[in-house]
Amino acid sequence: MNQARRLPELLAPALLVLATALLGLEVSSYLQTYFLDTLVKVAIVVALYVFIGNSGVLSFGTISFVAVGAWTAGVLTVPEDQKRITMPGLSHFLLTTNVGNAASLALAAGVGAVFALAVGLPLMRLSGLAAGIATFAVLGITYNVLTNEQKIGPGLNAFSAVPQTTGMWQAAGGGLICVGAAYAYQRTRFGRKLRATREDAAAAAAAGISTYRQRLLAFTLSGALAGFAGGLYVHLLPLQVGNLYLDLTFITLAMLIVGGSGSLLGAVVGTLALNGVYSFFTAATNTVDVLGWHLTVPAGTAEMVLGVLMAVVLILRPSGITGGREFSLPRRRRPVADLEKARATT
Amino acid sequence: MILAFANLSWPVFADALALGGIYALMAVGIGLVFGVLRLVNFAYGQLMMAGAFALAYGDQWGLPNWLSILFCFGVVLALSALMDRLVFRPLRTHSPAVMLVATFAVAFVLQNIALIAWGSFGKTAGSLAVWQAPWDIHGVYIRKIAIIAVGTAALCLLLLQLLLTRTPVGLQMRAASMDFRTARLLGVRANRVIGGAVLISGLLAGVATVMLSVEQPQITSTWALPETIYVLMGVVLGGLNRPIPATLGGFTIGFAFGLLGGILPSNQSQYLPSFIFAAVIVVLLVRPNGLFTRGGAAVERV
Repeated sequence: MNQARRLPELLAPALLVLATALLGLEVSSYLQTYFLDTLVKVAIVVALYVFIGNSGVLSFGTISFVAVGAWTAGVLTVPEDQKRITMPGLSHFLLTTNVGNAASLALAAGVGAVFALAVGLPLMRLSGLAAGIATFAVLGITYNVLTNEQKIGPGLNAFSAVPQTTGMWQAAGGGLICVGAAYAYQRTRFGRKLRATREDAAAAAAAGISTYRQRLLAFTLSGALAGFAGGLYVHLLPLQVGNLYLDLTFITLAMLIVGGSGSLLGAVVGTLALNGVYSFFTAATNTVDVLGWHLTVPAGTAEMVLGVLMAVVLILRPSGITGGREFSLPRRRRPVADLEKARATT
Repeated sequence: MILAFANLSWPVFADALALGGIYALMAVGIGLVFGVLRLVNFAYGQLMMAGAFALAYGDQWGLPNWLSILFCFGVVLALSALMDRLVFRPLRTHSPAVMLVATFAVAFVLQNIALIAWGSFGKTAGSLAVWQAPWDIHGVYIRKIAIIAVGTAALCLLLLQLLLTRTPVGLQMRAASMDFRTARLLGVRANRVIGGAVLISGLLAGVATVMLSVEQPQITSTWALPETIYVLMGVVLGGLNRPIPATLGGFTIGFAFGLLGGILPSNQSQYLPSFIFAAVIVVLLVRPNGLFTRGGAAVERV
């Protein structure tokens, strides 16, 4: 009974992802790229949510796991003859090793998880501002190393010749996997324990919950999902390291916060809403037609609008659009809600 | 020369000192506001960027230097007051992490406004380029800006130290940064202390802007952004809570960057940021209050 009533919590975000994919199949191939991008962003933001949402601890580090995942999947799928041209500095092992699409995504998730675990082992002791700064430092190190290290990737150059396997179904499937994993996690006792530490650290500790362990688990899962999302991303676009640094960190964090960092629904809704706005203004840098009216905006408008939205939401409604709540049917169907109320009062 | 080993020369040393001085000014500007507001201002660099664009306009309009520097200060102070009023004040009761995210958002808004207004090439602030010229000191050529930056930074920090230790508002600021609630109970007026900290922080940003614009006269929307990140790391390294440790942290980072960047071959110095970020992580784990603080109270409690 309880399980069945909880099902909408999974179905609502999953259906939103599916609807986005189905809509994306209907539109022109030019618009389709924006839908694909949105679905990959859903995966990234859900990865962000798994840690930040459940633990209540700020992390700027997730994009470094996305970057590592993208590097893994990218380097392992570029054909060897191409690698010799575009990434001549690559180490011998990476130069000669090639895997398929699915294997590259799985490895991206694995590498993301291992990196997150290695980073989390020392860092999960921190919280609040210290956690924010330390994870920022992780992001800085990742960016610095990926930019300069030619043995593990293209350095400052963009990935070229990565097989573009992230079509609508792979993007939607990836988004759904992330949503499903996040839901499954938050329904387990581990997810619940972590949420308990978020609500009241002292009470959770008194109940025998190790905040450190629960956070580490969530951080590792978040790293796996982020690495996976990075794999999806590199199979979609010729990424370069500059795409996986401050801007993406900011954009995805804005999506999570505007949507409501306390719920999975918030993560998905925030991504869909804000990436809609973001895509619109990005497209508008090359003129879009709005009801027969030509709109052209300068580059940077999309980021500015997102920043303003994020600041406004932080000030006026810090819990985001969804207020950190999951979707549940009784709130929509009045009679059922009344029934519940009646049952509760008697 | 005493320093002539390992590629180290007096000019490199002087430039490193100057960079350290500029970073120290930024660090103490960030640290002061943190002290009273528990707010790590990620948008500090964008504040400076706005001031640098003011300098560039001063250059374009052919204003005399003193006037364009004044204009720069005006822009920085106005913007920092505006930031405080519009964003920081409504968020004052929130957790430091939320405020950090908010300043992150403010930084992006400002950066992209600059991108919209001036494009990705930005503008040039060249009127102070004369300070790039070297001075001949007993056969050693040291750029004027290095000496000016070191001198100005030292003077500003001295004045600030006097202000903090010898005036009532300084005393109140120090009290507020130790324990804001108790300070208020004892009659310290919150808005006055916060206003003072924001004002001084803005002034320091203005000074740092002028110095840094000589080093990097091409002003773009991301001007001073990498510096801000390194200074933030330096402030954490030194100890966020007190002005002097924060200053020392900022100075150390700037000096290390200048010195190691000057003497290491580029295939090693390119990893300098990683070492600094790693050092920050280690410090956060081992000495969460910072390297240059003595004993004592934890920064955050449950």
